[in-house]
Amino acid sequence: MSVLAYESTPEKATAKKARSVEPSGSRPTRYLDPGRIILYSVLFVAAVYYLLPLYVMVMTSMKGLPEIRMGNIFSPPMEITFQHWVKAWDSACTGLYCEGLKVGFWNSVKITVPSVIMSIAIASVNGYALSHWRFKGSEVFFTILIFGSFIPYQVMLYPLVIITRELGIFGSLSAVVFVHTIFGMPILTLLFRNYFASLPPELLSAARVDGAGFWGIFFKILIPMSVPIFMVAVIMQITGIWNDFLFGTIFAGIKNFPMTVQLNNIVNTTQGVKEYNVNMASTILTGAVPLCIYVLSGKYFVRGIAAGAVKG
Amino acid sequence: MQAAKRPNPLFKNLQAKIAAIPMIAVTLIVFLGCSIWTVVYSFTKSRALPLEEFVGFYQYERLFKTSRWLISLENIAIYGIFSLILTFVIGFTLAALIDQKIRFENTFRTIILYPFALSFIVTGVVWQWILDPTLGIQHSMQALGWESFQLDLIADRDLVIFALLIAGLWQGTGFAMVLMLAGIRGIDGEIWKASRIDGIPTWKTYLFVVIPMMRGVMVTTLVIIAAGIVKLYDLVVAMTNGGPGIASEVPAKYVYDFMFARANLGQGLAASTIMLTTVLIILIPWIYLEYGNKKQKS
Repeated sequence: MSVLAYESTPEKATAKKARSVEPSGSRPTRYLDPGRIILYSVLFVAAVYYLLPLYVMVMTSMKGLPEIRMGNIFSPPMEITFQHWVKAWDSACTGLYCEGLKVGFWNSVKITVPSVIMSIAIASVNGYALSHWRFKGSEVFFTILIFGSFIPYQVMLYPLVIITRELGIFGSLSAVVFVHTIFGMPILTLLFRNYFASLPPELLSAARVDGAGFWGIFFKILIPMSVPIFMVAVIMQITGIWNDFLFGTIFAGIKNFPMTVQLNNIVNTTQGVKEYNVNMASTILTGAVPLCIYVLSGKYFVRGIAAGAVKG
Repeated sequence: MQAAKRPNPLFKNLQAKIAAIPMIAVTLIVFLGCSIWTVVYSFTKSRALPLEEFVGFYQYERLFKTSRWLISLENIAIYGIFSLILTFVIGFTLAALIDQKIRFENTFRTIILYPFALSFIVTGVVWQWILDPTLGIQHSMQALGWESFQLDLIADRDLVIFALLIAGLWQGTGFAMVLMLAGIRGIDGEIWKASRIDGIPTWKTYLFVVIPMMRGVMVTTLVIIAAGIVKLYDLVVAMTNGGPGIASEVPAKYVYDFMFARANLGQGLAASTIMLTTVLIILIPWIYLEYGNKKQKS
């Protein structure tokens, strides 16, 4: 149960400072060192590669079609216009309907919010039971759960269609929420289990002596202590569920398609003139939510990734 | 905590057992039940609906006679090998560069990781546009005067898989970088002092000391990335939709199309069973390794 060292960065940083103080031969003048120039150049080139698509996306979305056909994709627009963004949001066509991405946006919200709440509620209780209230066989279920997270979704798709159909929810928002809750369970359970297990057991013993039970300890002691890990889970789930495509296509039904599915339908419809600017505006709008969360959450997002590599 | 034995074993931890019911249900019904269902029904004649008429390996024989499936397998193999190698090389290189006490470390890290926050659909759509042979990079470079510039991967049957690779690497290398950086930072600072005293150059220390010490992180990264490669689907749908022709089809897409679009369930189930087998082949040695390690520790 060793969490990757990312979370202990502060100590490591000081350790590194200590290491850099060590004298090691003649100290080079730091900023003219050719090695460092190469280092920064390589990093700069890498940064350009990673930023290029974002740049192209934004530039294209603000150009007119004639300008796109004439010019090159890197050049900035001659005059900036946001009308394509408005069109993408309000009236872009996805096959049959021309109601724009806003429909998909609200569907994605309606899918993401309950899925995030449900999956975290269930997984945190799982993690709690698995870390502090182990029962006979609990580790077996946990192992299957983790194993299950590696099974390709395709393997379980059709049976899940049957199950959701039997439950009478296939083709509705509830079906997508149901499926997201299931497939969010392994990683989230792992996340919570490892976090709760790292808390001092004396704390729980003390609470038990005072008469607190399973739920009492969970709500009064663990949750208030675990706000950061809940943040990590929320961020992980929002980006993951927002970016989902497969479950949205299969389980939501045409009226409830999430934003990613709608984006794909807008861009890859074969009818009519390809409006590259509207396509790119749609892409930005679809990517905007996870991107904002990424930028705002920074540290938590990275911790979520590291959690994916936690060894249980 | 377990040491506190209570009289009735059935009611011991009753609350915890009740709380764990959703988890138990999911593991048994979905992860075990559904997978077994798929494997079993892959041996039937199911077409539009599941049928209990068993036909042995018929679906598999047909599967491996279908050129679309064979192309899918070849594609995922090429994509997988290149993606694994390049993700590791690029991810580790970037992590090692960022580890050099650089300025603006956070800025670089943020830039390299942001694509990972975007969906494969967004990734696919953007790269489809950038690599567009008539209006994308190729067109721009030629318009700028580099007449012989060629980059029409996406329209080339033989090279289209590399177009997917470029997009996939753009999206996923940041993730590998973050894991590797965590691994590098997790290594004891004493190692660096020792290698410095011995006068070993930095790059050699990374290559021959740090990487072997990062075995755990490397294996974890490998398993996560490999499991992700098998699932490759959204990116293909958004970027090429399997085209040109069937040149960029992948197994996950084969499964989806045969199950839901072509009403040929048997084929879809057989193909997904092959996917499951592949994952197990990757997974079992890993679990064996992990399990073995734990035994040693205890």
